[in-house]
Amino acid sequence: MAGKLLTAGKSLGPIRRAFAPWNDPAAKPFIQFQNVTKTFGDFTAVDDLSLNIYEREFFALLGPSGCGKTTLMRMIAGFEEPTSGHVMLDGQDLVGVPPYRRPTNMMFQSYALFPHMNVWDNIAFGLKQDGMPKPDIATRVDEMLALVKLEKFAKRKPHQLSGGQKQRVALARSLAKKPKVLLLDEPLGALDKKLREETQFELIDLQVKLGMTFVIVTHDQEEAMTVADRIAVMDQGKIVQIATPAEIYEQPNSRYVADFIGDINLLEGHISSTEGGVTTLDCDGTGAKVQVSQDGGAKLGDHAWFAVRPEKVAISLSPPADPSVNAVTGEVWDIAYLGDVSIYHVRLATGATVKATITNTTRLVERPITWDDKVWLTWSRDGGVVLTR
Amino acid sequence: MALTDRSSRHSRLRWLVVAIPYLWLIVLFLAPFLIVVKISLSTTAIAMPPYTPALDLTAGIGALWEQIKEFSFDNYVFLTEDALYWESYLSSVKIAAISTFLILLIGYPIAYGMARAKKEWRTTLLMLVILPFWTSFLIRVYAWIGILKPEGLLNQLLLSLGVISEPLNILPSTLAVYIGIVYSYLPFMILPLYATLEKLDETLLEAAADLGCPPIQAFWKITFPLSLPGVVAGCFLVFIPAVGEFVIPDLLGGSDTLMIGKTLWAEFFSNRDWPVSSAVAVVLLAILVVPIMLFQNAQKKASE
Repeated sequence: MAGKLLTAGKSLGPIRRAFAPWNDPAAKPFIQFQNVTKTFGDFTAVDDLSLNIYEREFFALLGPSGCGKTTLMRMIAGFEEPTSGHVMLDGQDLVGVPPYRRPTNMMFQSYALFPHMNVWDNIAFGLKQDGMPKPDIATRVDEMLALVKLEKFAKRKPHQLSGGQKQRVALARSLAKKPKVLLLDEPLGALDKKLREETQFELIDLQVKLGMTFVIVTHDQEEAMTVADRIAVMDQGKIVQIATPAEIYEQPNSRYVADFIGDINLLEGHISSTEGGVTTLDCDGTGAKVQVSQDGGAKLGDHAWFAVRPEKVAISLSPPADPSVNAVTGEVWDIAYLGDVSIYHVRLATGATVKATITNTTRLVERPITWDDKVWLTWSRDGGVVLTR
Repeated sequence: MALTDRSSRHSRLRWLVVAIPYLWLIVLFLAPFLIVVKISLSTTAIAMPPYTPALDLTAGIGALWEQIKEFSFDNYVFLTEDALYWESYLSSVKIAAISTFLILLIGYPIAYGMARAKKEWRTTLLMLVILPFWTSFLIRVYAWIGILKPEGLLNQLLLSLGVISEPLNILPSTLAVYIGIVYSYLPFMILPLYATLEKLDETLLEAAADLGCPPIQAFWKITFPLSLPGVVAGCFLVFIPAVGEFVIPDLLGGSDTLMIGKTLWAEFFSNRDWPVSSAVAVVLLAILVVPIMLFQNAQKKASE
């Protein structure tokens, strides 16, 4: 199933870039969670959570299994009712509305295709349920089949399809009724890596073209970063941070988010100065003073962490010429060669390890820096952030 | 060399494994059946055994051929001439079919309830369905006499409650036969139904609801079609033995309850007409082969 679902999506790129209703105070949220709590017995799956999702947004719920992201989505679909609080869709309270009366459709993780119906009947199921006239159903189903490029498979039963084809049928079936919101529950989990990456871009194109609101649940941070306009990172029934993929990555608000998304180096210490817009963190053990152009809400004397991504750390065999530059020194402990990049694990005097990612821009013949070399790691003042939790 | 030794031993072993069920069928099914066919082609005689020719192997091959030439299809012709037989067959099929339908009607909700029960309850419920098997079938049918007879438990209960003023004459009657068959064969319907319903993926029902299908419609559009293999298996498991049922119509049925099992028994033990009763048995088997083949076809389709 190679080939893009759509090519027209590309021209819509600039529109997508300008799309940020969450920054507009006048924008009306499309889906609203208001102080929603959901408990199963004595387990709290969702804990007093409030959240706004806007129309035409591609919104990702990201978190480890058991964090409540699936429960949150199932409350939009109507498979779970909140224990307390309200779920609103387009200004209407959804609480008490059964799933079969909600203007949402879901693409299930297991696809949940009806095994006794062929592809055509699977896609037509929801339309027949709405009592749509027969010729209209036929037109719509053919349209959906064309959209997912499965025209030739209309008469096949689900068990005669490959994983990627099943996934496309499931997508076509959930889009057939033109739902106000499409819910995607780990939609690409069962596909292999290459097909998954391809499908991610197809989903984006589709969402932009159809102008629908998509909510995706995933535990795969790369998937969330690729497809979503905004990501909500969840932990233990609460949202830790909601932001665009770039903000989540560059401005994580906690060690949890920093650690969950991508790779991170954390240096623990105390804030020793906040003068002139520069926050200084005295690192425990090494005596290194890290200067950051951002305070992350930390005040003088606070216990805090400095977080910097490995690719923002430069590695060198000689100390920096400018002594005011942030630097720590250590020995190369391990090198992971990944082809495009190499990750250097540098052990500091305190025993802590700092990772630095170096892009292999030239063909590697002999490493200029190798095991047991004494090296300096440096980064700029805006290379990392200060975290207080 | 060792390799070929081992592989030949392997194939011999495999042959043995395949041979066992065939041997079983040949010795315990095909051979007795051929004997029954042979008797059905003979004529009654006041002798021991009570039919002729007896196919006496001691008389030599030539004599055997002479005896075989005496075979005739008269008994089968006789079955078509006397209305008793085809009426018995028809009545058996009718009683079995109606019973099967009633059992499906009662068994489906039970199996559905079991499959939807909490996981920790299912084993217990399954045990409860199988529990009656721990008592002899015959005793359980006798117990129904105790319940249904004019001065039995049911009438006592209904009389004491004032629902009826005179005892109901349920026993013996065709109604009692229905009660007996439905009761006795119910587990054979519940077990295959439960097996298919338990496997049913509940997300399919969620998907149906998500696409706008209320629960009752979802049952008829999703649950029921997907449970059809279980329905078919259960129906045949009940229908086939019910057609040839003897104990239940004999103990609970009235003189007007015609069933082929009873007719066969009377032919064999009362009339001591072995050839005709054998012909009845062979025709019964032929009648049942049709649904058995349908059943196998359905099974094959389901496994595809």
